[in-house]
Amino acid sequence: MITAGIDMGSRTVKVVLIDTAAAGAPSVKKTHLMFPGDLDGDAAADKAYDDALAAAGLRRNDVNAVFATGAGRVMVNFANEKITEMSAGAKGVSYFYPNARTIVDVGAEEGRGIKTDGTGKAIDFAGNEKCAAGAGSFAEAMSRALQLTLKEFGDASLRSDKTIPMNAQCTVFAESEVVSLIHSSTPKEDIAKAVLDAVASRVCAMVRRVGIDKDVVLIGGMVHNAGFVQSLKTAMDIDEVKLPDYPEFVAALGCALLAAEAKH
Amino acid sequence: MIANYGYKDGSGEYYISIDTDKCISCEAGRACLTGCPKGMFETMVDDYDDEVVQIKQQFRRNLAYDCAECKPASNRPPLPCITACTPGAITHSW
Amino acid sequence: MSEQLNTGDKKPEFWRWQENCWADETKDWRSAKAVTVGIDVGSVSSQCVIVADGELYAYNSMRTGNNSPDSARNAFKGVTEKTGLTLDDVHMVVGTGYGRVNVPFSHKAITEIACHARGANYMGGNKVRTILDMGGQDCKAIHCDDKGKVTNFLMNDKCAAGTGRGMEVISDLMQIPIAELGPRSFEVDEEPEAVSSVCVVFAKSEALALLKGGYTKNKVIAAYCQAMAERVVSLLERIGVEEGFFITGGIAKNPGVVKRIEKLLGIQAMNTKIDSQIAGALGAALFANTLVQKQGPLAPIAA
Repeated sequence: MITAGIDMGSRTVKVVLIDTAAAGAPSVKKTHLMFPGDLDGDAAADKAYDDALAAAGLRRNDVNAVFATGAGRVMVNFANEKITEMSAGAKGVSYFYPNARTIVDVGAEEGRGIKTDGTGKAIDFAGNEKCAAGAGSFAEAMSRALQLTLKEFGDASLRSDKTIPMNAQCTVFAESEVVSLIHSSTPKEDIAKAVLDAVASRVCAMVRRVGIDKDVVLIGGMVHNAGFVQSLKTAMDIDEVKLPDYPEFVAALGCALLAAEAKH
Repeated sequence: MIANYGYKDGSGEYYISIDTDKCISCEAGRACLTGCPKGMFETMVDDYDDEVVQIKQQFRRNLAYDCAECKPASNRPPLPCITACTPGAITHSW
Repeated sequence: MSEQLNTGDKKPEFWRWQENCWADETKDWRSAKAVTVGIDVGSVSSQCVIVADGELYAYNSMRTGNNSPDSARNAFKGVTEKTGLTLDDVHMVVGTGYGRVNVPFSHKAITEIACHARGANYMGGNKVRTILDMGGQDCKAIHCDDKGKVTNFLMNDKCAAGTGRGMEVISDLMQIPIAELGPRSFEVDEEPEAVSSVCVVFAKSEALALLKGGYTKNKVIAAYCQAMAERVVSLLERIGVEEGFFITGGIAKNPGVVKRIEKLLGIQAMNTKIDSQIAGALGAALFANTLVQKQGPLAPIAA
């Protein structure tokens, strides 16, 4: 049986196709990520889905069920069901890490903590929606100010052992603070660490509201930022944060898995 | 006077309000100063020469995070600051 | 109106607003019994107001410089140049605003909340109850009584949404001088829906998307002004809005936001002939005047 999961994020559309035909664990058939560019939400969902199907050599008729998640999930007209990011994330993580208890999800526009019951079900969550300060876009804006890519920004942060507190809590105000740090000749790596420490401490405060239990898994775009992962470990005071192989696709995968379960 | 300390941002409204009329003649011996585990309250003389309590400047832009530990997502116990303030001068907006 | 383009090496500063120095030519400070000064050092602009016998006499409003003491000195210097008044002629100085404790020649610091209420009470009269101040990096909502005493207030300086900085961002993005934003926001075929009212970063990316999607610049500005208005109204509602609504700060000069706030509230803002940006410094000078009446003049402190 083939099922699909679609995650309509604020920046990208992610599609995952899975095959649960044989006995045993479902296998991932195809992952596909698309930047919608000028496309409207519903057109972007259609295109991403059809592209993924084409790449897997499938047609829409071959798919038994489609579930959608993400901020723009209402625009996925062809989805059989729409589920929250929390449920999708928790389910997707359980595929990689069955022992996960706390999920930290930091995307472009949102940071949140999810507590799971150990079977892939979300039981509690606390988030920071619609404020750029507690999410990836804060780091992104600051890396632009330093003229570094987000990856370079994270790597630079790892080279710093300084702790500079950032006063500004708002991305817009923080930009001026970063500019004045640049003007006062503060090394880029120290600024990068200050920024990532700030995001990590905000995310961590949110996660503490649901409790921090092992295993802790980080999902969302910030997984690729090594400096952030380090800052997060320090803020949460834990040795290990598990990182899934395809962090962007965790929610879409969770959708596909839930779609498969629903069909059983 | 109702003094609202805190902010509203994209994620919500986070204000701690202090009713200074109830605060001027505090009957709880300023228990809020020690009641808050983060020590966020302090006394000051306001612009009209009354001694009242306020939230320290460094916490005002960070309440969602600084208060997070007293506000677990579920099974929330009574807040220590509100419990300490028996005159009922302190309220939280979230 | 021709749209300025970014040409050459020097980046045009679209957000820059007019500095302003004024004195009441019909009065002379030399004949006043009490001359007091209020200095408001804000994050973006600094003002100096001179009050002679409890009446507004002169003011200077300028962009805040690199540090608060210099900004305070320069603000006062502007008035000296215009009127010949020096610190030796002043009976008391009160500082207010974000840099109030760093005014080198002030005798006392009073919060901008109390000063704005007092200033608005002078500018709008004793009917003023609800005051909105949109500053460069903060937004204040104040409720006061008929004497200008604060009864309820909140200040938001954590988030750029609903602040002058939020307007600077759109002015820069659209490459349109900040003073033109308000008028332009009405030159639209139909009123668009607001962009995100809660976060400037998200509002900015929404504005860009609208522009790409075929909106005119004016329509994007309208959507942005509406978002600013919705934002501050949500703050005002927290303290309770009452008739006698007065707007201070730089944003009062942006009809694109003011008209939309009035529409949302269903209340007209009160009019004043006095520059809305000086409310804080004016309040500080009035507090100083009251103190002089009570305790007598104080010796000047060197700048």
